[in-house]
Amino acid sequence: MALIGSTRRSRATRVPPVVLAFVLIPLLAEAFWVFWPALQGFYLSLTSWDGLGAPKFVGLGNFSEMLHDEVFRTAAINTVLWLLLFGGLSAGLGLGAALLLQQERRGIGFYRAALFLPVVFSLVATALVWQAMYQPDGLINNVLEAVGLGSWKHAWLADQDTAFYAVIVPALWRQVGYVMVLYLAGLKGIDPALYEAAKVDGATPLQQFRHITLPQLRSVNAVVLSVIVIDSLRSFDVVWALTRGGPYHSSELLSTYMYSTAFQSLRLGYGSALAVVIFVLAFGVIASYLVRAFREAD
Amino acid sequence: MTATHASSRVEDPAGRDGGTAKVPAAAPRRPALRGRALRTTGFHLTAGLLSALWLLPIALVLVTSTRTFDDIAAHGVGSWPHSFTFDSFRQAWVDGGQQRALINSMLVTIPTVALSLGLASMAAFALSRYDLPFRRVLLLLMLGGNLLPPQILLIPVSKLSEVLGIYDQLYALIGVQVGFGVGFYVFVLHGFMRSIPGEIQQAAVIDGAGPWQIYWRIILPLARPALAALTALSFTWIFNDLLWAITVLRTDSQMPITASLIGLQGQYVSMWNVIAAGSVIAAAPTVAVFLRFQRHFVAGLNLGAVK
Repeated sequence: MALIGSTRRSRATRVPPVVLAFVLIPLLAEAFWVFWPALQGFYLSLTSWDGLGAPKFVGLGNFSEMLHDEVFRTAAINTVLWLLLFGGLSAGLGLGAALLLQQERRGIGFYRAALFLPVVFSLVATALVWQAMYQPDGLINNVLEAVGLGSWKHAWLADQDTAFYAVIVPALWRQVGYVMVLYLAGLKGIDPALYEAAKVDGATPLQQFRHITLPQLRSVNAVVLSVIVIDSLRSFDVVWALTRGGPYHSSELLSTYMYSTAFQSLRLGYGSALAVVIFVLAFGVIASYLVRAFREAD
Repeated sequence: MTATHASSRVEDPAGRDGGTAKVPAAAPRRPALRGRALRTTGFHLTAGLLSALWLLPIALVLVTSTRTFDDIAAHGVGSWPHSFTFDSFRQAWVDGGQQRALINSMLVTIPTVALSLGLASMAAFALSRYDLPFRRVLLLLMLGGNLLPPQILLIPVSKLSEVLGIYDQLYALIGVQVGFGVGFYVFVLHGFMRSIPGEIQQAAVIDGAGPWQIYWRIILPLARPALAALTALSFTWIFNDLLWAITVLRTDSQMPITASLIGLQGQYVSMWNVIAAGSVIAAAPTVAVFLRFQRHFVAGLNLGAVK
């Protein structure tokens, strides 16, 4: 900690101009491609615009239109469901995998790599791999047939009742390894002495998990939660590649609906308003993430 | 297949004290020994089954990519293979335009990674080593930009690139990827550079080094581990992106590999051998980066997350 003190002292009181440029150039790049467009995005959400003429100001008209928009309702419900299912399952499975694979023993590297490998795949490639599995003559139906569950065979992606869930599975397949890595790092940070003490006191493994592991993982949980919420609201590729939100919008998410409204129906104002809804949903997490970062930044 | 290679190279993602912390030597009584053997077997069964389940889709796509179309048409995409050929790769590569798409992806990914890490390291250096006014606010502003949902930016960014006359050109993609990503990299690198002792910098100042020399000759080399981690990570992110690409690009011949893969899916409906070969081509570069820089890659995922 003495080091930090000396860092402080070493800082020049007068900042050299080149150092200012070091900050300003990247900041300008981000301002140009992010902050300025974001402000425009918020403004456009209050307009009606086909992208050709001038945007026409309609106030909150786009938002009141959402109240009567069936597809919006489906997409919003699906997005929340996606958050809960995709988020909950990837957190649960990731933690489970981390607990299973935390001990150093022979072959552990292989198991970890197997779960982790999909993380580097693009979601588009992931989606296509799973599309082959979901085909009427694909592996999943063949396996069902082989184990005597032939009546469960299904056109998984073409059926309104199953498409949404069929899209979640590939997303999960890819996300679990990532969450596992975060939890593995967290588990590594727990002081083994805590477990020793608990064992001396005669705590069962379940009690140890409940009273040591879970509380100690609290900061990792916060990170996992933010990652999951932000990832969920951004989810686009996997749905777009598998179903484009269909059939009949049954797998539509706010992000896919926003994209098709804006770039296929060319309703840019309404699309912007949908993006604002996504922003509002993400805002709490963004804010809490920034507050955490603010505390750590010094 | 890929996974077998992975097994020999994979390293413990979480740390370095591999295999030292072990169960205290149990008294060599038989029941205890048998219990442990049973538990070990149980562990390997569970973990093995899980890994097999996870690797199955990858194995399936590798097998499918080497089957002929006639085989798939006759027996179904989920059947045992009856043929072996690399012809689908040629089809995806040449007729499907994946060669062009892979080049596009590289033309975007490599400059973007270099540019965003270069800019981010400069900003992180300034913010972490100098008493700039509002440094914390600036840092969080930049991070906040990266946390925004990209959807709010899509329409304005596509219009912006039209106004600039770079719509449907790879420059537009590079620009937005740099602008959007730089905030996160600044945040991570700032955290790393802050921990470099001040004495090193003081010594350089006494020797008459200016800010540029301190940055280039001292801080940047010391930040190599973080830069390596971010390089591996940002490579996969940018290479795998779909959303920005289809927002600022239109022509097929400009599309990077992810977007081209979706095109392939439309062009070769139910020709699963070609689609599978395309997926293998699209996944190969990131898998290669992963296998080569695994340790950095995993470290990168934890950077900025767990502290």
